[in-house]
Amino acid sequence: MTVEPLQTMVSIRPLIAVLVSLLVIPILMSSARSPNVREAWTLGAAALKFLVVASMLPLVLGGFQIEYSIARVLPGYGLELRVDALGMLFALVSSSLWIVTSIYSIGYMRGLKEHAQTRYYCFFALSLSATIGVAFSANLLTMYLFYEVLSLATYPLVTHHQDPEARSSGRKYLVFILGTSIAMVLPAMVFIAQKTGTLTFAPQGIAAGTIGPQAATVLLLLFVFGFAKAALMPFHAWLPAAMVAPTPVSALLHAVAVVKVGVFCILRVMTSIFGTGMLTDLNISTAVCTIAAFTMIVSSLIALSQDGLKRRLAFSTIGQLSYIVLGAALLSKSGLIGAALHIAMHAFGKITLFFCAGAIFVASGVKNVSGMAGIGRRMPLTMAAFFIGSLSVIGLPPGGGFISKWHLAIGTVEAHQFVMLAALLVSSLLNAAYFLPVVYRAFFCPEPESLFTGPVQEAPTWCLLPPLLTAAASVVLFFYPQPFLDLARLAAQSIFGG
Amino acid sequence: MKEQLPALIVAVPLLAALLVTALWWFDRRLCFPIAIAAVGASLAAAVTLLLRVLSEGAVDYYLGGWPPPVGIAYRIDHLNGLIAVAVSLVSFLNLAACRTVAEQEFREKTGAFYALYLLFTTGLLGILITGDAFNLYVLLEISSLTGYALLGLGPGRAFLSGLNYVFMGTVGASLYLLGIGYLYVITGSLNMADIAAILPSLLPSNLVIMAFVLCLTGLFVKMALLPLHGWLPNAYTYAPSMVSSLIAPLTTKVMIYVMIRITLSVFSFDFAFDETLLRLPILWLAILAITIGSLMALSQRRLKKMLSYIVVAEVGYMVGGFWLGNRSGMSGAVLHIINDAFMTLCVFLAAGAIAFKAEDDRLRNLTGLFRTMPATMAALVVGALSLIGIPPTCGFFSKWYLISGGIEAGQYGFVAALIFSSLVNGILFFRVFEICYFEPTSPPHAYRYRRTVPAAGTGAVTEAPADLLTVLIATAVLLIVLGLYSGEIVTRVIHLALPPGLS
Amino acid sequence: MESLATFILTKYNYWAVIILLVIGLYAMIAKKNLVKKIIGMNIFQTAIILFYVSIGTKRGATLPIIEHAYGDSAHAVHAADYINPLPHVLMLTAIVVSVATLGVALALAMKIHAQYGTLEEDEIQEKIMESEPGSTSTSG
Repeated sequence: MTVEPLQTMVSIRPLIAVLVSLLVIPILMSSARSPNVREAWTLGAAALKFLVVASMLPLVLGGFQIEYSIARVLPGYGLELRVDALGMLFALVSSSLWIVTSIYSIGYMRGLKEHAQTRYYCFFALSLSATIGVAFSANLLTMYLFYEVLSLATYPLVTHHQDPEARSSGRKYLVFILGTSIAMVLPAMVFIAQKTGTLTFAPQGIAAGTIGPQAATVLLLLFVFGFAKAALMPFHAWLPAAMVAPTPVSALLHAVAVVKVGVFCILRVMTSIFGTGMLTDLNISTAVCTIAAFTMIVSSLIALSQDGLKRRLAFSTIGQLSYIVLGAALLSKSGLIGAALHIAMHAFGKITLFFCAGAIFVASGVKNVSGMAGIGRRMPLTMAAFFIGSLSVIGLPPGGGFISKWHLAIGTVEAHQFVMLAALLVSSLLNAAYFLPVVYRAFFCPEPESLFTGPVQEAPTWCLLPPLLTAAASVVLFFYPQPFLDLARLAAQSIFGG
Repeated sequence: MKEQLPALIVAVPLLAALLVTALWWFDRRLCFPIAIAAVGASLAAAVTLLLRVLSEGAVDYYLGGWPPPVGIAYRIDHLNGLIAVAVSLVSFLNLAACRTVAEQEFREKTGAFYALYLLFTTGLLGILITGDAFNLYVLLEISSLTGYALLGLGPGRAFLSGLNYVFMGTVGASLYLLGIGYLYVITGSLNMADIAAILPSLLPSNLVIMAFVLCLTGLFVKMALLPLHGWLPNAYTYAPSMVSSLIAPLTTKVMIYVMIRITLSVFSFDFAFDETLLRLPILWLAILAITIGSLMALSQRRLKKMLSYIVVAEVGYMVGGFWLGNRSGMSGAVLHIINDAFMTLCVFLAAGAIAFKAEDDRLRNLTGLFRTMPATMAALVVGALSLIGIPPTCGFFSKWYLISGGIEAGQYGFVAALIFSSLVNGILFFRVFEICYFEPTSPPHAYRYRRTVPAAGTGAVTEAPADLLTVLIATAVLLIVLGLYSGEIVTRVIHLALPPGLS
Repeated sequence: MESLATFILTKYNYWAVIILLVIGLYAMIAKKNLVKKIIGMNIFQTAIILFYVSIGTKRGATLPIIEHAYGDSAHAVHAADYINPLPHVLMLTAIVVSVATLGVALALAMKIHAQYGTLEEDEIQEKIMESEPGSTSTSG
């Protein structure tokens, strides 16, 4: 298809993509008594969602934007969906990983005999609807709507165990996520609507010329911190707390969907509300860069000291999210490509790591890094996947993370932000410092006493397959990053031109 | 028949009230169908009238054929047409929900309950559509008196709180009457349009300002604007649940309508906002009402009392929004009248269901409700989200207009109060949900697929009665539907209800 | 001083109304006995009724009963000859309202008496505190 860039077509497909997982909820609820049927429906919905999203990929790559208007809820601002390159990239990542996570959920939840599994699958499906909704939002209002739905839908997942620990974590989760969005994003959004008269994302931004420099600085900070799902310090504390959730939740939501929604929103607001031109003129993005760099380094340092594997991963996620924010705040083309790519690459890498953490827990009950000595010999496949995942997150070939970090590094050079380049490299070193010891300990340290009955005891197949798949995907993405790279390039093109 | 619709809105429930009272002695089974048919007829008439107003403009109706200023005129325009639909729908929904609970709670007095219910609805709908300032007072007292009596049906402390409500309500209505007396002295008329036509020639006049202040003060007492809210929390808390879910959504909202009507249609926008210095003081009162109402709600230990204080805070939303004096703020206030009526209905119905089944609404005793009453709790969640202001529930959209109006008017204190109250509502409701969601002793991995574990000590709590539950879920769905259609409501109805020259 | 006296004397009806209003309000706020409060409420309402009645009267005017039939225009009707009937008629409604309010209030008071055995507000409060330990509210 050779067409001019950014032609618009109207189609209901984005809405279907959002609704698939919403409409499956009643079916899930009604099949609560037969888990097999219920899980088949979950998988079916996941596959269908992925197919609907993927079916729009050629169009987007061909330069189309797909639009659909749901309702005009406020005069001038409606609930509208629009699929563009950046949204497509994010939707593709989340919908494909939902399939894998669904498979993993079956193994994990059954393996641990978790309670209230129907509720778990229902809210999972709801979360995915909201995630795709954020990805496909055409304006800030729609994005805010799905953002809030996602905050609420994940609460029962985070507090799944319903014990005192889950209770306090859930409280922290809500205070950070819901509190910031109401107290910061909402007024900022109404202010922008009031001053500019529109909220629709535009490649050049909508705020230029109507909002003064001081107001813009305040608003930008309100957005950057208000989207607390991006876990920029000091609004990061919910993420480690949310690790009380069952591991599939941590894997898909707290390494991919929820947190990426946060950075995705920041990305959107910076590029399509303020516009890179305005941010460059006002020279206020350095502040965001600094916050991101600070978060990157500090969270990596904290990760070093964490013994709980999931908590270590959580702090690692906080750092990696800042990479994406940093990439956007660099306001350079390669930076943005790197940021967009990192959404995908980090997702595949980090979800692998979470899957492995969960698999280890299911197979052996071990949660802490210190207890994992020698575990590589018992669970070689799991730990191999873990190794590949960490390579990708650190940014070493042949992990896909190398490609996004490469672009990010070029971006810092393009933007002449050499301090940021240094921060990026130091942080990568720190990444290596907190991941590789885990691998080393697992493969090369002798186990203290026998944890296992047999010589090789992997987690159940349902739990083992997903990390292997995502680890393989991470490697494949290193050699063949085309779909994501093309989308990222398209997105950068529409914003920076050329 | 079609020409008589404005009269029918009021006459049908009024006559049905008499019929129900009489029939209670002959055939009790007929009472409920007659009551619901009467409210349904009012609803149908209100909807038809609103549609007519939308296509043809305001509808005038002269009672007994006497033209004003001699006779009493009913006048339905976009503003009261819309609110009349909302009020009659809330009344209809609540009546449809209440049968099982009411018959169990009131037993021998159920007939009286239905009759009072109908009279109360009559009074409120009359207030909405009348175009006569004194007639409004009479209808105000009809709804208040039946309201007192309805509260008096309750057990326990309802009598004492009801009596306090009588005192405050009477003072409020009397102050309004005094204000109308002043207006009559000045203009010699009681018809709203007539007064509005005469008043400009008499301005500026301290007497007119005095009349305005008296009317407003009376209404502030009636709508429970802080610091005149003292009667509300206890009255709503100790009332029978099916009464509080009727009175809580409607009374304060209708009083806010009266404030808007008196301000815009009797005294005129220019007078109220330019010639009196009332705008800022009232705005500050509203801010106070929002903040203090929210804080008081935080300190409550009973569900219904907490909800009552939220009502106090919500009154501040609407009063403040209206007195911002710009198009966004006023649209927000009117839209919030509609939205808040349904939100309050939703949460009070849910609270009523909980009180009915769990027989206790102390927050700490609500454990495990998500398991025992999942559908009720789901509806409560939707209502709560709407009160917090999460899209796509309708509460978000009225809050949007209010915040937008606040920014436009430069009243950042009001904006801050709104945000603060949203956050507090968030804390309030999630505190409740936390209690309902977490069990006192919850084994993390033990019970697989086990669905009914009776809560410790409280006995088996089951789902709410079917009629109540159906209405509750319908209301919850309505909150989302209203949210999605709020754009239509605002552009097609509310903007036409506001003064045309508004910025 | 003299002007103040004139001011008060010429508007004596308004002053009477204001004094009654204040008495009523005082009784409602300050009295502890519920029946006294109800009496205060009634005084408050009566004051307003008096206000309306007084604004309808005119010096030297008579009852608004026209001696000849409508249309039989033997002589024109001089409005100044008759007191204004409208406020008085309105007050018929207001009196009905006030009686009804009084009835409801007294009925509630009877219920309260049956429930707590007293009509003194502080004693009722004590009983409520006894029956509901931990109740923080200060008024019923």
